[in-house]
Amino acid sequence: MDYATILQLLDTTIRLATPLMFACIAGLYSERSGVFDIGLEGKMLVAAMCSGAVAFYTGSVWAGLGAGILGSMAFALIHGLTSITFRGNQLIAGVALNFLASGLTVLVAQALFRQGGRTPPLTGDARFNPITLPGAEAMKDVPLIGPLYYEVISGHSVLVYAAFGVVALTWWVMYRTRFGLRLRAVGENPAAVDTAGVSVTGLRFSAVMITGILCGLAGAYMATALQAGFGKEMTAGRGYIALAALIFAKWRPVAAMWACLLFGFFQALALRSDVVGSIVPFRIPGSFLEALPYVLTVFVLAGFVGKAIPPRAGGEPYVKER
Amino acid sequence: MSDTSFAIELKGISKAFGPVQANKDINIAVPKGTIHGIIGENGAGKSTLMSILYGFYKADSGQIFISGKPTPIPDSQSAIRAGIGMVFQHFKLVQNFTVLENIILGAEEGAMLNTSLARARKTLKQLADDYELDVDPDALIEDLSVGHQQRVEILKALYRQADILILDEPTGVLTPAEADHLFRILKGLKEQGKTIILITHKLREIMESTDNVSVMRRGTMVATVKTAETSPEALAELMVGRKVLLEVEKGPATPGETVLKLEDLRIRDEHGVERLKGISLEIRAGEILGIAGVAGNGQSELLAALGGMMRATGRATLKGAALPLSGAGSDGQSRRRAGIAHVPEDRQHYGLILDFAAWENIAFGYHNDPDYQKNALIMDNAALKADTARKMETYDVRPPIPALAAKNFSGGNQQKIVVAREFEQDPVLLLVGQPTRGVDIGAIEFIHKQIIALRDKGVAVLLVSVELDEIMSLSDRIAVMFDGQIMGYRDPATTNERELGLLMAGITDQKGEAA
Repeated sequence: MDYATILQLLDTTIRLATPLMFACIAGLYSERSGVFDIGLEGKMLVAAMCSGAVAFYTGSVWAGLGAGILGSMAFALIHGLTSITFRGNQLIAGVALNFLASGLTVLVAQALFRQGGRTPPLTGDARFNPITLPGAEAMKDVPLIGPLYYEVISGHSVLVYAAFGVVALTWWVMYRTRFGLRLRAVGENPAAVDTAGVSVTGLRFSAVMITGILCGLAGAYMATALQAGFGKEMTAGRGYIALAALIFAKWRPVAAMWACLLFGFFQALALRSDVVGSIVPFRIPGSFLEALPYVLTVFVLAGFVGKAIPPRAGGEPYVKER
Repeated sequence: MSDTSFAIELKGISKAFGPVQANKDINIAVPKGTIHGIIGENGAGKSTLMSILYGFYKADSGQIFISGKPTPIPDSQSAIRAGIGMVFQHFKLVQNFTVLENIILGAEEGAMLNTSLARARKTLKQLADDYELDVDPDALIEDLSVGHQQRVEILKALYRQADILILDEPTGVLTPAEADHLFRILKGLKEQGKTIILITHKLREIMESTDNVSVMRRGTMVATVKTAETSPEALAELMVGRKVLLEVEKGPATPGETVLKLEDLRIRDEHGVERLKGISLEIRAGEILGIAGVAGNGQSELLAALGGMMRATGRATLKGAALPLSGAGSDGQSRRRAGIAHVPEDRQHYGLILDFAAWENIAFGYHNDPDYQKNALIMDNAALKADTARKMETYDVRPPIPALAAKNFSGGNQQKIVVAREFEQDPVLLLVGQPTRGVDIGAIEFIHKQIIALRDKGVAVLLVSVELDEIMSLSDRIAVMFDGQIMGYRDPATTNERELGLLMAGITDQKGEAA
């Protein structure tokens, strides 16, 4: 395997890890506040459809992005109402929203465009296009670093850089701000927050809505940057993979980034069976490689990567008691 | 206009939950700079009243005055602003946060943490010096002892500049030494002009530390008296509404043959930590062996091993016959068949199924009893219900309705259901853990009488309790456990709380050297 191939792999890794990072950090806010969210997948799907459709109609990717975020936030609001206000079961609410998203997106896309549940292909300004970072062209020919900068670091859409920014911002919010302290506290012991005179409901709703925004970014990236338009079930389980990455990272932002990059790398490998074939001496079926990220997900969720302790109040609706 | 010499004045507070009147026209005035006790049985309405004062519930009617000013308290934030701090019975701390983080939570200055933390560190040092409230600001809560966690709760209130401190059953989880320290802190706070409201069911604490005491019964405030002018007996009578025997009446024990003999009993928990480190003891027929100790020093494991809930190593004999500690015959069913009755420490988890009816709960553990079977397949529920009705009458369970779910009985009556089930099986050995935890004073008297009656019938009794008073008044011999070992035996007639307290802290000689 030569240097160029490695760079190509890493480049794909970053592109594929981006939606995972958005979704994973999205889940981090919700789960750190004590609301389990298995519905990341559904929110991504809704965002992908909304952004694909609106970007097509308006021809503006930014309008599409806004629509994606709004769609995802609407679903987050339903999740918040069910699991915070009405103290429903968070897992069941999440699963229900995933089913709803799966059917609704195809139904709406079919009703609007009659293309078998897809949105029409996006072109030009209706998509996020790669940006070339300053100096990339100039550095292109510098040995080693040049191609790395040009191929891997430069040349992604703005959302890719935003994803890394979100990771850093989240770390800072969680560990350096009052909001972060309260958010972490409400996921561990809501009674402590309540008796300190801070609204548990308010905190959890803010967290769940942030989850909505970030899932919106994840879904919009899928439809308007990674691909050109919405397709049926296009998220393909990425919401669950993000959830696995979150557990793998033990609910910490920076670790979450590394976990998503790892999952992204496996997804990139799955696309390049030729590369894998050139390293290992025996033939690996392509479908096995494609299954790899999911196999790893099962592996992580089954707890083989050491004990991950979730936020202690996670999954429990808060009921005030004497 | 109200008197400004009162820190808190409540006028005509009423609160109903559906048909239940939890507080009826409560009037109370707490003078500034005093320690005011509030006592009452479970369900008397103390907690509801304090929840109203801390903004958890809104009163249906009535007014709250703070320092003479009418002050509505719709939420906890308003209570904190009015200078009220609350130390709950179950601490409201975030376990994996540091002391400092817990203290600033909800009282941060500005959106950034660094400045808040730095200021809190300085304030904390000041408070620690002023009130004997030392605690490491950077320690994680989960690494602190219960006594220290409680100090963090008090610090939290003081950091919010509370002038009125409400403590709900503060000594339930403390060793006698920790409790003494707490009362020293409270006295110091009082001298600084703070007003303290102490909710407790322990009459001794009321008598020792309060200036005034208010007694609640069934949602009403029945009396407020000066502590110096009353007595424990008078307070108990006010609480229950009838005369109560505070001292347990019991004759001398007449121990017979050895019933239970343990040699080198050991238990390792799932983390590989040894919880019991070689327990050897004997209990004879017709005697009560009381195990004193701070919760978490192996008493629970000892009961669990004997009750068939945990596997152990070592040797055990019951009336001379080997009692398996692991493998076949070491389960709860076999233990009951061998004549070991068990009133578990945590009745709501191990003693009862709360959603099941009383008559179903009465059968548990004895459900294979031939008396309860119609034939090989079908249970005789009618016989079981009749039996339950009879036991409920004997043990004065209220209300005496066999079909009522266990969760709908009060704590004391739940315990009576468990006690009725276990005591009526003619055991040779009775294991009883925390028999009166969360039980009303009237029911405590009854349960204590039943334990003594069983002893006088020749049953060997192993009593585990964190209430030293209970251990001292019921036991014929006292063993003190610390860190999975028995530190020594004492005679209840000649020992005292101080001596037991030292042993409970693992200190074996009077010079205060650790064992």
